[in-house]
Amino acid sequence: MKLKRISIMALAACMLASGAVMADDDWGWSRRGPDVAPVKNDLYKSECGSCHFAYQPGLLPAASWKKLMGGLEDHFGENAELFEQSRKELTDYLVANAADKSDFYRSRKIARSAGNDAPLRITDVPYIRYKHNEIPARVLKNNSDVRSLSNCAACHTRAETGSFAEREIRIPGVGYWEDD
Amino acid sequence: MKKLLTIITLGLASLAAIPAQAAGVVDERLSAYKAEGAGPFDAERGKAMWTKKYTHAKADKARSCSTCHTDDPRAIGKHARTGKAIKPLAPSVNPKRLTEVREIEKWFMRNCKWTVGRKCTPQEKGDILSYLRNL
Repeated sequence: MKLKRISIMALAACMLASGAVMADDDWGWSRRGPDVAPVKNDLYKSECGSCHFAYQPGLLPAASWKKLMGGLEDHFGENAELFEQSRKELTDYLVANAADKSDFYRSRKIARSAGNDAPLRITDVPYIRYKHNEIPARVLKNNSDVRSLSNCAACHTRAETGSFAEREIRIPGVGYWEDD
Repeated sequence: MKKLLTIITLGLASLAAIPAQAAGVVDERLSAYKAEGAGPFDAERGKAMWTKKYTHAKADKARSCSTCHTDDPRAIGKHARTGKAIKPLAPSVNPKRLTEVREIEKWFMRNCKWTVGRKCTPQEKGDILSYLRNL
């Protein structure tokens, strides 16, 4: 009896997992894997993720990460200093997995749209701006549960896994979002 | 199973306010600050510093430890800029806190500069740790 229950749970887990890798893209057909590579570095998760969403390295080009990690004492107005050893380790991780080093779908889009620029903010990447440009203030800036485009996980319910599929968007107080 | 849970629960309840691991690390820090000429340390002074409001060139409005961590270090805080939840800082409710020297000193480095506008002195750090360990 117990064995039966375990096998049903295992089957359910497999189905969930296979659903996760078959996320839809913007045009509705199936595509393998998340949009950007998920974060696999524990130091990154704890050091950067304790204050904000642990943005995947594939969301910015390598040149952006280098610049950003060279100015942590003024990190968008906050102090985010690290000891040198951690700073170096994390810079290496970010650069090695940056958008222009990644084969993931959105990372390639991001790298291509940034071109030779090195935007410090993910929200300044032309592709990211374009993807969010029609969202009204009431839904975003004036929505106290969202407030800023930098708050990815507020609406992208599976952002932490690197998945930003449109059908996974739930805007607090609004619900589903249809991009047309 | 139930019995085991009861034993664990009672065991936890009978512990001192601060878990042993944090106590050892805090003791080590206090000795290090003393070696730098600070001490004796005062939990009450640490408590006063916790809610003291500081203004400095980089602060658009007055800042304190409690801006993000709330007035009670045993409560869940909220990052002033991003709104992300901050787990409680008091080891009595969050045993992972104050268990690593590197973490303690990194957060003092960042957060003293953000809050106070400068590095904290060994005296201030010792007072704050004394306050947190006693909660």
